[in-house]
Amino acid sequence: MNVIRGFATTLKHLFMEPVTYQYPEEERPFRDRYKGRHVLKRYDNGLEKCIGCALCAAACPADAIWVEAAENTDEERYSPGERYAKTYEINMLRCIFCGYCADACPTEAIVLEHEHRLSFTNRRDAIYTKTELLEPPPEGMPGTPRQVEPGTFDRAIPEMEDPK
Amino acid sequence: MGIVNHEKDGASGIVTTTLEAMVNWARTGAMWPLGFGLACCAIEMMSTQASSYDLSRFGMELMRPSPRQADMIIVAGRLTRKMAPVLRRLYDQMPAPKWVLAMGDCASCGGVFNNYAVVQGVDEIVPVDVYVAGCPPRPEQLIHGIMMLHEKVRGEHLSKWRQEQPIRA
Repeated sequence: MNVIRGFATTLKHLFMEPVTYQYPEEERPFRDRYKGRHVLKRYDNGLEKCIGCALCAAACPADAIWVEAAENTDEERYSPGERYAKTYEINMLRCIFCGYCADACPTEAIVLEHEHRLSFTNRRDAIYTKTELLEPPPEGMPGTPRQVEPGTFDRAIPEMEDPK
Repeated sequence: MGIVNHEKDGASGIVTTTLEAMVNWARTGAMWPLGFGLACCAIEMMSTQASSYDLSRFGMELMRPSPRQADMIIVAGRLTRKMAPVLRRLYDQMPAPKWVLAMGDCASCGGVFNNYAVVQGVDEIVPVDVYVAGCPPRPEQLIHGIMMLHEKVRGEHLSKWRQEQPIRA
């Protein structure tokens, strides 16, 4: 009797939809909480959110982040406030995608998004700089650096709503 | 990804090609991996083998327990200094041509374990072809790494087939 039950299961599976997901051709969306490659965000006016405080580097358990800050001037403005990140590097092979950097960021500049294609043939290629990490400016907005009216941007951290 | 589609349905008709391209194609078609699961990455590696991701779509369904039957080695997990001679020995026992895929942060560069006990990247021990980032990498990421390795193998040249790869390329 058990033999028949066993074969019945086999027969049932013969007509079932295959569960295999054809990865390179078909991509399933990740869950919202999935932490993939980092993106450095910009404000709606195109200025960079990152102020170069290096709190992300301090929070990083794997020491994967390297930040070097420099002073903003009104002739060459990257971010609102005094400083911006001149160098921002993340070693993707060191990074463990824990999201502590995003938690530590006071301006919500660094966000872990859903990009997952992170394979390299060379260890040096794994070091992502600002060129790769920074998102493009919003539609119709100029990029950075840019010249601004003196005294327009003097607040590094924008006024944010209370945490929920 | 037209090449991948082609690989699967087998509807290639009549092709004329060079020996180089044909051998490289054959090598990518059935690259049996030697599973070297050392830590949590091994769980994701098993998941990649299981039915929902099904690595056998790329002719890689057989994780060989013996290095003599393997074409590539997936180092999945952190390699301790005590385990390092074992990895080198297994690599040396594999017949050429052989490829190494460092899966995950720990195998690639030590990851979060920056200490005396863990080898800071398996490329100190064996020449690595592809590094896959992630902690641990999702099956998608591992498959992406494998596709990258296939891409690399397809680009190999006849004259280089017999050359030994240097460590830390």
